[in-house]
Amino acid sequence: MSVIDQKKLQALQLLAAQIRKREIEIIYKARAGHTGGSLSSTDMLTALYFHVMNIDPKQPNMPDRDRFIMSKGHSVESLYCVLAKAGFFEDAWLETFSCYQSKLAGHPTRKVPGVEMNTGALGHGLPAGVGMAIAAKMDKKDYYTFVMMGDGEQGEGSIYEAAMAGSHYKLDNLVAIIDRNHLQISGNTEDVMSLEPMRERWEAFGWNVYEIDGNDMKAILETYEDIKQKKGKPHLIISHTIKGKGVSYMENVAKWHHGVPTDEEYAIAMKELDQAIETIKNA
Amino acid sequence: MNTIPCRKMITDSLVEFGRQDKNIVAVTTDARGSVTLGDFAKELPEQFVELGIAEQNAVGVAAGLASTGKNVFVCGPACFYVARSLEQVKVDMAYSNMPVRILGVSGGVSYGALGATHHSLHDIAVLRCFPGITVALPCDIYESRRLVESLLDYPHPVYIRVGRNAVPNVYESTDIPFQIGKAIQVCDGKDLTIIACGETVYHAKMAAEALAKDGISVRVLDMHTLKPLDEEAILKAAAETGRILTVEEHSIYGGLGAAVAQLVAEHNPVPVKFLGIPDENAVIGNSKEIFHHYKMDYEGIIETVKAWLQ
Repeated sequence: MSVIDQKKLQALQLLAAQIRKREIEIIYKARAGHTGGSLSSTDMLTALYFHVMNIDPKQPNMPDRDRFIMSKGHSVESLYCVLAKAGFFEDAWLETFSCYQSKLAGHPTRKVPGVEMNTGALGHGLPAGVGMAIAAKMDKKDYYTFVMMGDGEQGEGSIYEAAMAGSHYKLDNLVAIIDRNHLQISGNTEDVMSLEPMRERWEAFGWNVYEIDGNDMKAILETYEDIKQKKGKPHLIISHTIKGKGVSYMENVAKWHHGVPTDEEYAIAMKELDQAIETIKNA
Repeated sequence: MNTIPCRKMITDSLVEFGRQDKNIVAVTTDARGSVTLGDFAKELPEQFVELGIAEQNAVGVAAGLASTGKNVFVCGPACFYVARSLEQVKVDMAYSNMPVRILGVSGGVSYGALGATHHSLHDIAVLRCFPGITVALPCDIYESRRLVESLLDYPHPVYIRVGRNAVPNVYESTDIPFQIGKAIQVCDGKDLTIIACGETVYHAKMAAEALAKDGISVRVLDMHTLKPLDEEAILKAAAETGRILTVEEHSIYGGLGAAVAQLVAEHNPVPVKFLGIPDENAVIGNSKEIFHHYKMDYEGIIETVKAWLQ
């Protein structure tokens, strides 16, 4: 395993903190959004787009690019903010999020540079990811396909159809991620419809499973280093995260699934996120 | 008498074109037998993807494949692809504008006695409401062949429905003016127009020939593409013949007849009659018996036209 450069790690942590702040800004402005799950998945997306994936924001359709599908499409704010920060489109677009005739709808669409699939209905990302991974094998290309799912999303049966196909075709170029923040819209996932034992289920489906702290940039990067070495099976990262990560009163509170901050709450969030940015800069 | 089912003409064409074009991919769901994909799977295994009995996954996988530039044909019974995997058709194909082609075989009441689980009599109605998808029901093997040729380089998602059995040919060869979105006038007439699609086109043609002997002059339009609809041909028929009878292997709600009626109601209201399946689960029987029961065969069409014109 390669040693992960401390400066690189710090740079990624800073990017993630800045992106979180941007997410809250656009949700506050639009008076709409899926707040908690965007914040929980931000570290993972930042790692993918700024370190792991082979992409070129100036050539979003580059044939041999790595692919990313936001299967939990409601967490679109983290995807949009990451894409804008990476340079797929101008940051000014974010000001129009969810507005009348905006390019940026409340779920991802391919009208936005960098978006591979229209999503929003759950359980669709992994089948499409299996298709992309099979295409890479057919064409003898070495690109990877990454699919970010929610944990509540694991209730959708189509995921397990794709899980079977992924291992049947030994898609070691496919990486699924479950943003395991333990909350869905109605409450704790284990109360709504229990998802455990998640690891054993996916291992039984024939997947190479990791369980990591998905808000720990170092753990994320180390996992991807390991994935590159492992062949013969598709990969799943159970990414244990905190829903609402980074804003104290949102963390682990179900109502922030799609909560929009009041003026007072917004001021507190901005203060906390600014502090987080400063702390990383001064570390 | 033709002995080749349309599905076989399509899959044979896919093998032929697939040999040259490695981007042609066939996906199926434990249906290689019913689709007649056995030859494709044997000859082009690198371009064949078996996904087991999992239609939702199949359409999603097809969309993923198509996103990389593959020309993907997802093949299986029509009844499952437009029901079980309908959300994948809506989102992954139509909304995402992925140029996947669903080849829905044994459509309509082809599976006759197997009952409503295996009938697809709602597909046109549902898919008409999905922006960007093309819906095609070829009527014979020659038209099926021309359709496949048209799809070698067609940038939109497509749903194709064909039946199970070999059916009599409407045309004599592939030398027909086939173009997606443009109806073919099978014969001209002035007393009324019969608009049909898929397997009912043959019955419409037979009926027109019989009615001519009784002095009734009937135009027949083969509306092989239900979406986009050839509005020009329909409005021309309304203006020139003054009456329209639609015949479809589909519910009379939301399908060909409804599309035609909506169009003429707005632009040139002429009387329209509808033959198809009423609001009930289709009667049990083979496909021929079911066609006869609902007057969708040439005898029923003749009877309907005569009663109407008297």
